[in-house]
Amino acid sequence: MTVATERPSAGTRLRAPIRQRSRRRGGGPDQGGPDQGGAVRTLVSSAQLRRGHSRAVYFTVLAVTGVLFLLTFFFPLYWMVSGALKAPAELALSTPTFIPRTFHPETYAKAWSELNLGRHFLNTALYALGGWLIQITVDVGVAYALSKLRPVLGRLVLGLMLVSLMLPATALLVPTYLTVADVPIFERNLLNTPWALWLPAAANTFNIYVLKRFFDQIPQDLLDSASLDGAGRLRVLWSIVLPLSRPVLAVVSIFAVVGMWKDFLWPLLVLQDPEIQTLSVALSRFAATGRVPINEMLAGLVIASVPMIVIFLLFQRSIVKGLSAGALKG
Amino acid sequence: MAVIAVGARDARRTRLRRKVADNLLAYAFMAAGIACFALFSWYPLVRGVLLSFQQVNFVTDPFWVGFDNFRAVLDDPLFWTALRNTLYFTGLALVLGYAVPFAVAVLLNELRHLKGFFRVAVYLPVMLPPIVTVLLWQYFYDPGNGLFNTVLRGLHLPESQWTQSSSTAMLSLVLVSTWANMGGATLIYLAGLQGIPGELYEAAEVEGARVWQRLRYVTIPHMRFALLVMLLIQVIATMQVFIEPYQLTGTSNPDTITIMVLIYRYAFTVNHDFGLAAATSVLLFAVLGAFSAVYLRLTRDRT
Repeated sequence: MTVATERPSAGTRLRAPIRQRSRRRGGGPDQGGPDQGGAVRTLVSSAQLRRGHSRAVYFTVLAVTGVLFLLTFFFPLYWMVSGALKAPAELALSTPTFIPRTFHPETYAKAWSELNLGRHFLNTALYALGGWLIQITVDVGVAYALSKLRPVLGRLVLGLMLVSLMLPATALLVPTYLTVADVPIFERNLLNTPWALWLPAAANTFNIYVLKRFFDQIPQDLLDSASLDGAGRLRVLWSIVLPLSRPVLAVVSIFAVVGMWKDFLWPLLVLQDPEIQTLSVALSRFAATGRVPINEMLAGLVIASVPMIVIFLLFQRSIVKGLSAGALKG
Repeated sequence: MAVIAVGARDARRTRLRRKVADNLLAYAFMAAGIACFALFSWYPLVRGVLLSFQQVNFVTDPFWVGFDNFRAVLDDPLFWTALRNTLYFTGLALVLGYAVPFAVAVLLNELRHLKGFFRVAVYLPVMLPPIVTVLLWQYFYDPGNGLFNTVLRGLHLPESQWTQSSSTAMLSLVLVSTWANMGGATLIYLAGLQGIPGELYEAAEVEGARVWQRLRYVTIPHMRFALLVMLLIQVIATMQVFIEPYQLTGTSNPDTITIMVLIYRYAFTVNHDFGLAAATSVLLFAVLGAFSAVYLRLTRDRT
């Protein structure tokens, strides 16, 4: 599935820091239990949940849901992490073990070096960080110009960029591939270079749209007064607009890095040389050979997931905010 | 008098000069972006349409073949198989993947404990690289001693061939896809549910509306917009499904071949025919473009 369609929509949006903070919603994550009345009213009132019979039902539902969630969403990950620690023979047992009988943490090291995962990890990290840098630079430039400099034909440019949102990325797969293989005007073949990932990713309407909307909320007076003090446009962007835009820059950055890290089909096509492949493409290739032992494969899956899970745990709030903001468009 | 006129002209001239300078600067800021869009979005769009009417063989220049590519695609029985499979996948994914996130969000919104845990849990799979999810589930689906069959055996239930039987292959793909993608929709619904004013529920309750009626007459009407948007997003995304069939069942399995897999085969593995692939893309786009247009129109009016 494409990056664009993975950013769904509807709901709250990002607000410029200057605007009044929105009212706190949902009583905040810290509010506990039906015992704490007066919080938010939902389908079933907290008062009703406090009553004896309902209270029992509530806690049963809570427990069942909790267990189901553990099994559905955490257990597969636990199985992956612990499976990599097991010996291959133990993995092949017809009755799987819940806790590894023998621990082989060295499998991770083995996968890292023997499967050359270290290399693919670095490749992926390089692509993600480079892609992030280029996306931010290019898209901030466009959004700032469209929002604050308001050039002639600016609306047309924005409109043309929005058109590309209508196109599912996959509809352009083949012609974009041919373009990357022989870039017109520049006459370059970008296949098997990072540019094949970076440049098409920079044409990102989601980023531009979200950034522009945010910049639009920064009062023009603020920028004008800086101009009167002699600051140029670039200086205004750098020392006023960007610092005010930290929340939206965080959202755009996270989605850029995560999108590049998770991408599969495009890198599969444009990076054929095994040495320069991403983790995802390399793992798919290993699986296809069928010669890599399961425990090493599982270690590879864990290695490919860890950066994403770390990013998620660190930036949960921005990610959830971005999900809703992507709601607008994208 | 003359002095004032000269002053006004000067002022106008400086204003004009500033305007020109601002425009130049603006386009300098946008130059890289416009170049990227022109090369990797607008040009491929035009080229894709042209390609669908051309034959590309890399020996001679591409030449025009009229509607031959479209005719060849429509004559290819594999195209119809792929189309049927894609619609089947989209349909199944709607039945499972569309209702489940909403139901889960409504449920989670009622739970007053462990809110953080539930949110993290449901969104975790979305963070995993898709290839990780798919490979992990490949081990679960193993008909021999994969996790699922082991559990079924333990419960004395009939086992399944999962991805390896034509009757359950597609269902298996939809299950993975739903597991991997439901987190986003769930969190978006949750945000929407929290925006429903509590007084409405109070009022409904005073009027004697039962839980089910409150859901029907308060919750759902308020969520209608989000539900519609997510419906469109999901249809657009699932029509383009690729990685699940690519990795779990292979690109030549007639039970699960989808339009995207077919495009991939046409262009890169089997036919090496970019014209065929482009024609198929144009057909796919004609369908998806309609959905996208509706989606964009809806979200623009609202935001």
